[in-house]
Order: sequence, then structure tokens, then C-alpha cells
Amino acid sequence: MKKKITKHEYQAMVEEKAPGSHILKDLLFAFITGGVICSVGQIVMLIFEGFGADMQTRASATSIVMIFLGAFLTGINVYDDIAKFGGAGASIPITGFSNSIVSPAMEYKKEGYVMGVGAKMFLIAGPVLVYGIFSSVVAGLVYFIWKQVM
Amino acid sequence: MAKLLGNQTVLLDKQPIILSGAAIVGKKEGDGPLAKYFDDIVDDEYAGEKTFEAAESRILRDAFIKLLEKSGKASTDINLILSGDLLNQCTAASYAFRDVDIPYLGLYGACSTMSESMTIASMLIDGGSIDYAVCAASSHFCSAERQYRFPLEYGSQRTPTAQWTVTGAGAVLLGKKGQGPRITSVTPGKIIDEGIKDSNNMGAAMSPAACDTILNHLNDTGRTVDDMDIILTGDLGSFGTTMLRELLIKNGIDPKNKLSDCGTLIFNLEKQGVVCGGSGCGCSASVFSTYILDQFSKGILNRVLFVATGALLSPTRIQQGETIPSIAHAVLVEA
Repeated sequence: MKKKITKHEYQAMVEEKAPGSHILKDLLFAFITGGVICSVGQIVMLIFEGFGADMQTRASATSIVMIFLGAFLTGINVYDDIAKFGGAGASIPITGFSNSIVSPAMEYKKEGYVMGVGAKMFLIAGPVLVYGIFSSVVAGLVYFIWKQVM
Repeated sequence: MAKLLGNQTVLLDKQPIILSGAAIVGKKEGDGPLAKYFDDIVDDEYAGEKTFEAAESRILRDAFIKLLEKSGKASTDINLILSGDLLNQCTAASYAFRDVDIPYLGLYGACSTMSESMTIASMLIDGGSIDYAVCAASSHFCSAERQYRFPLEYGSQRTPTAQWTVTGAGAVLLGKKGQGPRITSVTPGKIIDEGIKDSNNMGAAMSPAACDTILNHLNDTGRTVDDMDIILTGDLGSFGTTMLRELLIKNGIDPKNKLSDCGTLIFNLEKQGVVCGGSGCGCSASVFSTYILDQFSKGILNRVLFVATGALLSPTRIQQGETIPSIAHAVLVEA
């Protein structure tokens, strides 16, 4: 091909012509989905409150229930459809975290429980755990030093 | 004797004949506009097997058996199978053909595999090395997803330029004599990399390769776009086709209404949620070996430049920050 356009020009052309995301629609759907998930969480929490659980117990029990719901909906092939609709609204809440661990566990069962499920389970959640734990340690240290100094 | 035209195009002397074609596809493809042309539609994504990889081998093998049935040939008549797929180490094809007892050449050309296999087989038949060859390719949505993207049940959204890997396998039988459309020239493509990094925009990565091969084919043969009924690209999808059109126009060639793409033919883009259309080796393989051959047999098409395109990336190289090299091989098919 006679070089009529350079790489740089081509990339600029692609950028200009590429269809973009529908930002407003995406934001709205994410807001609705995330909102519904959080409302369900709130209802679960109120139920535990009704049973007289204290704040810490309520919070832990609600997380456990939401993680279970995420895992359950993943298992019955529904969560991916919710995420297709809701995007980040479905992946940011704790149910999405549950989905990110359960889906590889299901997928890689064929490769066995050790090299499949065991090794691949944290394929997606792994980075979240690594950097989540790392940043909590850093935050803890900063807090600790701050307390010593003040 | 075959003759090299220009630098890239081989004008075939004996003109191998496409004796027959067969394709088996998955359920989603079976819900698409080309459903009636496929030989079989498999509703079960496992195709009766235990894994997606085995399912892909199964449909490839079944397409091969269907091809033999349709062409009335026995496996002993076939001198060579040329096949490939998207899986690591090309295992869909090698497991599919492990007990057919026919010489086999495994190919990797990503989604360009079908025209790559037809290019090589045509030259081998033309040179008198073999009499009959089967060219085949397959892909499976689920086996490709787990290799290239995420687990199936992981909740994620597709970007506006993404494509959908076709579950399907297509095969054609090429022979030195018989009835059917002929392959009159072939243009093996060069690897072209215009610096696209987004693996969710493979149409844009591949269209410069398609453009290069098309321009060289036309230059070498002295033909124009008007000489073709259609220029059938592999799986550029809707956005890749837009880019190809732009590139051709910038190179002084108006493609008019001649561009057609297997990735946009196989699905209903608006209704089937496939974003820019189909992709995967099985896409162009199944569309060409059924729908296109059917159009030839009805006399609707008489000269088609079949240009399957492949993005030669791996998830590892993309994670390492590399760009996407692409390729396109052209096969001129005439009634």
C-alpha cells in the first residue's frame, strides 16, 4: 500500500470515527442498579435491626447476606445480565465483588479444584485484594503515626 | 504454471475448484439472518461435550464430516486438511482431526485462517502436489471469552467497538476437478500494524491490513472494484468496515457498495446485542462455506474477492503494552 496516511493520522482517524459510549444513559443505569442493590442492603440491615442486633453485628451480617446474594445470582446466571445493564452500578457494590470471585470459580472448575478453581478464583478480585489490603495497611500506619504525634 | 503478478498475487493456472462447503454454528448464530444456510445449528453450547474447548473441536469435526457427506467423498480421498482456530496451540483443530487419519497442517491466522488455508491449499493443488484439500476453521464464543476476556458469568459491559466471537465451524473442499466456483488468484497478506492498542477495537486494527491486501490485489491483477460483485472481508465488523471504506477512499479507490463483511452478515447487529458484529475464525469460515457458496450456485454472485482478516494479538502482548499487528489474505473466487 502506498502510504497515504501515517500511523499517527490513522489513530486520530479511528479516534474521531469510533462510536462513543452513551455517557448519560450509562450513568443513569448505573445509578439505578447501584441504588437498588444498596436499597436491598439497607432493607436487610433494617431487618437485622428489627431482631435487635447491634451496629457492628448488623453491618457484618448485611455484608454476608449481600455477598451470598451476589454469589447466588452469579450461580443462576443472572448477575452478568444485571451488570450488562447496570455497569459499574453492579460491579462496585459488594455483590459485584462476590460475582468477580464466584464467576472464575465456576468457569475454571473444568481445570480441576487445584489448578482451576484454586489458582484462578482470584483472577479478577486478586488485584482488588492486593491493593485494598496494601492501602489499608498504609492508611493504618498513617493513622497510627498521626495519633502518636498529636 | 502459476504466475506471480506484481509482488504479492499468484495467478493460478489450474484454478482449483470449491467443490462443496459445510458449516455448523451455535444457537445465537442460528437466530441470525443466515440461519437457513447453515447445515446444522447446535443449541447446546457444550455440543454434548464436557468443556467448551471440546465443544469447539466437536463442531469443527462435525462440519468436516458434513462436508464429506455433502461432497460424496470418503476421507481417503482427501490428501490434506488445513485448519486452525483461536485457541492457544491451535487445539480446537488438532483435537478435532486427531483420529481422521488424514495429513494435517495446523494454521494460525486468527480470524484470517479461512482465507489463509484456502490460499495455501489453492497453491498446493495448482502446483500439482495434492488433488483434494479440506480448508476449515472454527471458533467458539465461550472458549474464546475465557482465553481472551473474562469468565462467562463475570458481569461486564462491552465497549462500543467490541465484536462478538462466533460459535461456528466452516469447511470447504477444494479439488483439481469437478463442479463449482474456481479460485483464480490469491494474494497472501503482509502484517500491518498501524498502532492500535485497544483489543476491543479489532475492526480498526484490522482494516489497514484489509486495505493493503485489497489495494495490492487490484494493483497486481489490474482489476478495479467494479470488476467484483462484492469484496467480502473477514470480520471487520461495522466499525472496521467504516474504517476500511475511509482508507480505500484516502488511497483513491471508491469502494461504492461493494464492501460486505462476514461479521455484519452473520448477526442482526441491532437486535442481537453483538455491538459491531461477529468475529472469530468460525465467522468468515461459516459464512463463506455456506451463504456465499449458495449465492454462487444460484448465480447471484460471480466474482468475489474474499479477504478474511486477522488480528494477530495475544492477551499477554497487549498487557505488555504492545500494539495489534494484523493481516488479511485475499482469495479471488469466480463462477
